[in-house]
Amino acid sequence: MLRIAKLPIAIFALFIIVFPWIARQIPAIGNYTDIMVFVGIYCLITIGLSLLMGYAGQISIGHAAFFGIGAYISGVLTAKYGMNAWACMVIGMTVAAVVAALVGAPSLKLKGHYLAMATLAFGIIVFIIFNEEIEWTGGPDGMSGIPGLSIFGFEFDSVERYYYLVWGFVLAAFVFTVNVIQSGTGRALRAIHASEPAASAMGVNVSRFKILVFVYSAVLASLAGSFYAHYLNFINPSTFDLFFSIKLLIMIALGGMHSIWGAIMGTGLITFLSYEWLRYFEEFEIIVYGVILLFVTVLLPDGLAGVPKIVKGWFRRKVSDER
Amino acid sequence: MEKITLASQLLQYLITGLTVGSVYAMVAVGFNIIYNVTEIINFAQGEFVMLGGLIMVFLHVAMGLPLILAFPATIVLVTVIGILIDRLAIRHIRHPSVFTLIIATIAVSIIIKGMASFIWGKDPFDLPAFSGRNPINILGAVIQPQYFWVIGFLVIAAIALSIFFDRTIIGKAMSACADNADAASLVGINVKQMVLLSFALSAAIGAVAGITITPISLMEYDRGAMLAVKGFGAAVLGGLGSFPGAILGGLIIGSIESFGAGLIHSGYKDAFALIVLLIILFFKPSGLLGSTEISRIKRF
Repeated sequence: MLRIAKLPIAIFALFIIVFPWIARQIPAIGNYTDIMVFVGIYCLITIGLSLLMGYAGQISIGHAAFFGIGAYISGVLTAKYGMNAWACMVIGMTVAAVVAALVGAPSLKLKGHYLAMATLAFGIIVFIIFNEEIEWTGGPDGMSGIPGLSIFGFEFDSVERYYYLVWGFVLAAFVFTVNVIQSGTGRALRAIHASEPAASAMGVNVSRFKILVFVYSAVLASLAGSFYAHYLNFINPSTFDLFFSIKLLIMIALGGMHSIWGAIMGTGLITFLSYEWLRYFEEFEIIVYGVILLFVTVLLPDGLAGVPKIVKGWFRRKVSDER
Repeated sequence: MEKITLASQLLQYLITGLTVGSVYAMVAVGFNIIYNVTEIINFAQGEFVMLGGLIMVFLHVAMGLPLILAFPATIVLVTVIGILIDRLAIRHIRHPSVFTLIIATIAVSIIIKGMASFIWGKDPFDLPAFSGRNPINILGAVIQPQYFWVIGFLVIAAIALSIFFDRTIIGKAMSACADNADAASLVGINVKQMVLLSFALSAAIGAVAGITITPISLMEYDRGAMLAVKGFGAAVLGGLGSFPGAILGGLIIGSIESFGAGLIHSGYKDAFALIVLLIILFFKPSGLLGSTEISRIKRF
């Protein structure tokens, strides 16, 4: 997907703007605005991850850690030290960037998917730290009392206000990422995905680009974590466990690795599944996720974003059969 | 009661470490068997251990089957599951890249985990130790007899596998696939069957690890992921693809974990193995006994 048309983005933005109004009209989906806040928060992570996985061809199974770093830095610094929430967000993103560079640089220089294993181990280590450093994080019980967000006296204290705040950031990240994909950087990333030796023969600094994308995705995940902490006012480690990292993977695989639209679709679907539609399954939702992931990997390698192409090909074959 | 000296305490840590390390070594060997034939890193490797433990509990404790029957029956059942994973999932992936294979095995592992929590619930299960629970006192260290069973089965598995790979035609055929799958199929080796066999073997050794460790550390449905990561750490530490490396790596990781938990901080017990994994990935990705040459040919 070389060109990303402007029209769909405009339509999507319009949909996001009117959605809370629609949800208010229909009682059955009255709580959907609240869920959409989480969709937005997770979209921030998956937009970055889709750039990493779909365009740079690297798997991370540890992004829950960066999400958690953002959430805990925001949570601890605002709730315990009373610091400015926006400043904490920037601190969180900076820390995430530095950590990502430290973890990513050595493993991304290696061939293959060492990043998958390094991030997996890293994610679990960070999860253990959240659990063990009780003095700061509150341990497994979590920490509460994280203040909401406000700017110049304007409080983001209702679901709808927070919705517009989060989605404003999502759209900004989306447009920025789309611009990256369409720039020379995007071409370099696709070249890396297609063939690393070829890309490097063409003068692309492969490991530098991969590290950059990894850091970018970590920064977005940290930002999402800060929004999460300020929205719920409470965090505990189980939000940031290995399974969340896998869930992010499912969102992206379901939507389609090579499409940033796919990432958003997948995030929306999986979030609604876990917050609303799969509540009856309770603990066993994990089986549903596993089946979805396997189904997509085996039958829809391009995810939902690849469905139109499959349908088109199917029609074409049918038409040519009839002739 | 004699006084606990530092030396006896260290010995205690060492023996505990070697026991846990034997389990990691078996998981690491399981990783290598599949990796060598297919270049797949099977993220569901830890689930075989979990299934081994829980199926054994079902057959031995719930059904009352004697140990001598329940043990092989469990191995057979887990092996069948390993074969099913290849037949139902892995084989159907149309454009297998390292990328999609990683994701597919992750999917398989969470499906197995979900099923296990469905069948057995979330509580850990105990299994009677093979030869009682009267601890043996060696130089002040208190040792459960089960520890020797775990280490013993690692030795048996290692000997059996090395005979299999070096002395039998099938084993040699599998090694050939490891070297070059295309060339192997040119000389008439059925590569698909070898892949299937690698999943079967790897599941079997995982089951052995699960059966033997359950009397010591109990077993519950969500143990698989952590075992897989640590086993992978052991495999990478020893050099991915090398069987002696896997055993060495497992024993080292187990010991580091045991000493780390005993001497530094028990809350970070699980982190030590992972930190070792990160350090190895960063500084010597070919591992202790792995060859850089081979790791250059492989895709992963």
